[in-house]
Amino acid sequence: MSSHIQQIKNAKVVNKSSTTQDPVWVRCILITISIAFISLFICVPLGLVIFQAFSKGITAYFSALAQPDTLAAIKLTLTVALVTVPLNTLFGVAAAWTITRFDFPGKSLLTTLIDLPFSVSPVISGLIFVLLFGAQGWFGEWLMAHDIKIIFAAPGIILATIFITFPFVARQLIPLMQEMGHQEEEAALSLGASGWRTFFSVTLPNIKWALLYGVLLCNARAMGEFGAVSVVSGHIRGMTNTLPLHVEVSYNDYDVIGAFASASILAGLAIVTLILKTFLEWKQATR
Amino acid sequence: MSILLSDISKNFGSFAALHNINLEVPEGELVALLGPSGCGKTTLLRIIAGLEHTDKGSVIINGENKTSQNVSQRGIGFVFQHYALFRHMTVFENVAFGLRVKPRHSRPSNEVIKKKVHALLDLVQLDWLHDRYPDQLSGGQRQRIALARALAVEPSVLLLDEPFGALDASVRKDLRLWLRNLHHDLNVTSIFVTHDQEEAMEVASQVVVLNHGHIEQQGSPSEIYDNPTNAFVSRFIGQTNVFDLDEHDNEWLRNVGIINTNSTGRIAHVRPHDILIEKSESHQDATATLKDWQHLGALIRLELVKNDPHHSSKPLFAEMPKEQFKTLALRIGDVVKLKIRHAHWFH
Repeated sequence: MSSHIQQIKNAKVVNKSSTTQDPVWVRCILITISIAFISLFICVPLGLVIFQAFSKGITAYFSALAQPDTLAAIKLTLTVALVTVPLNTLFGVAAAWTITRFDFPGKSLLTTLIDLPFSVSPVISGLIFVLLFGAQGWFGEWLMAHDIKIIFAAPGIILATIFITFPFVARQLIPLMQEMGHQEEEAALSLGASGWRTFFSVTLPNIKWALLYGVLLCNARAMGEFGAVSVVSGHIRGMTNTLPLHVEVSYNDYDVIGAFASASILAGLAIVTLILKTFLEWKQATR
Repeated sequence: MSILLSDISKNFGSFAALHNINLEVPEGELVALLGPSGCGKTTLLRIIAGLEHTDKGSVIINGENKTSQNVSQRGIGFVFQHYALFRHMTVFENVAFGLRVKPRHSRPSNEVIKKKVHALLDLVQLDWLHDRYPDQLSGGQRQRIALARALAVEPSVLLLDEPFGALDASVRKDLRLWLRNLHHDLNVTSIFVTHDQEEAMEVASQVVVLNHGHIEQQGSPSEIYDNPTNAFVSRFIGQTNVFDLDEHDNEWLRNVGIINTNSTGRIAHVRPHDILIEKSESHQDATATLKDWQHLGALIRLELVKNDPHHSSKPLFAEMPKEQFKTLALRIGDVVKLKIRHAHWFH
């Protein structure tokens, strides 16, 4: 998906001769429609979030954020991201390496399966874990007997988030590593380097910007995921509410300031992500 | 160091890439693995390097069985077709890489590495580029850096995969000569892969002709050229005219003298310079007609049509020095008499 966006960004107006360009009025209408659409559906809602969050002043905003439930939600969200992102970075690199460097039966099936979390509804992703680890699930009794809590607890949220965000890193790396081939790695090996040394000195520097880009997208989704997390979390305030869930709960309680203050954190995160993403895309292009 | 390959076989799925290869490369030789694309020459080179495993057979380098060792343990230098320089490292770091990754106890100090890398860059005459990145270099420069990088670890053998394949014709010519001289100075046993017979003849001291995964012939360039052991080698090395006795009128063959060249087979191969040409006075005793001619530098290539009533008009090619061509004063459409002074016979 993101590679498509990059393609759009890289697309240049090839032919600028006046004979082949659309008439002025066509251009004006199309440009106006684009700008109006983006303003109406992206800029206005984003501005509204900030406006609502500060509608009762800065003090109210910060006191809403300082509520124990909000702080707990922020903490849980950060914890989930802190566990999920490194794990999925590792899995993503391993999967990309496996798919681009080895030939084995079932490889194309594996490549397709990597995309599964993107194609399946997040609610289903959450339900899978409830069916596996819930009280009535396959492992439910065993877990209960050993007093291990997964569903309606942090481990369930982490598992669901790992599932949802798994494709991001692998999807970024696979096309790049396929295009690069492995001659540089073979060259390093032929010069006497070990496998690890080859990975850290040759492979990693070549894929680092794409990897960071994948990590960034993975992180943004890990912090922002709602559907799957909503199913496994149980919405226990101050315990299993992540930031997106906290926004919903606060809003349903008519705590407008609290909801929008929390939402503004997520929106801020999105903006930071966008800025970093642009920087990484630029870095990748000038690699 | 000498290289000994015995009974090497390799299959990719059901495709037999190599079939019972036995090859001995004496120390200090510069050997060309020559063959058409898909003949298995690159696979063989990669097997010697340890980048590919054999299904059967063994690789012995300098008396040591290296079959089960992987590439990083074999102590070979490998130059890749597309150079495979590390794109995020400077030229200096590229060449230094092999020294930097040595285990701590045998790793030279930074001072020594610096000295050695600059010496190598001097050897390939590119020290002035030491702080550039690979994408700032031309193809020929990249090739030489790749070679310097491979030589940095003092390999026992140097393996080059189509070393000139991706270069311009003029750069290629220079580099061939340069590689030959470099090999002469360093005297490290080297094997390179090529599909260009001219390149193999010009650079190598030994040529190994491969086809369909087996060795057709091995020998010095002149042996291969003068005494090809089979029709494939004869056709692959240099241009050749093919005469199939079953398809030709015996009368015509006797007239041009082919029959007298110790015929021991059914198919005669004749090099273009082994066809002598005289101007013919009358159409009766003429054996061919000049259809066209081209300049090949000092030589003229003549395209001739056989005056053979029983045979198709497949053209013959002959070559002669420019001066001789001038003296004969031949023009397109003239009839000539052919004399074949030497032929290779195959069954």
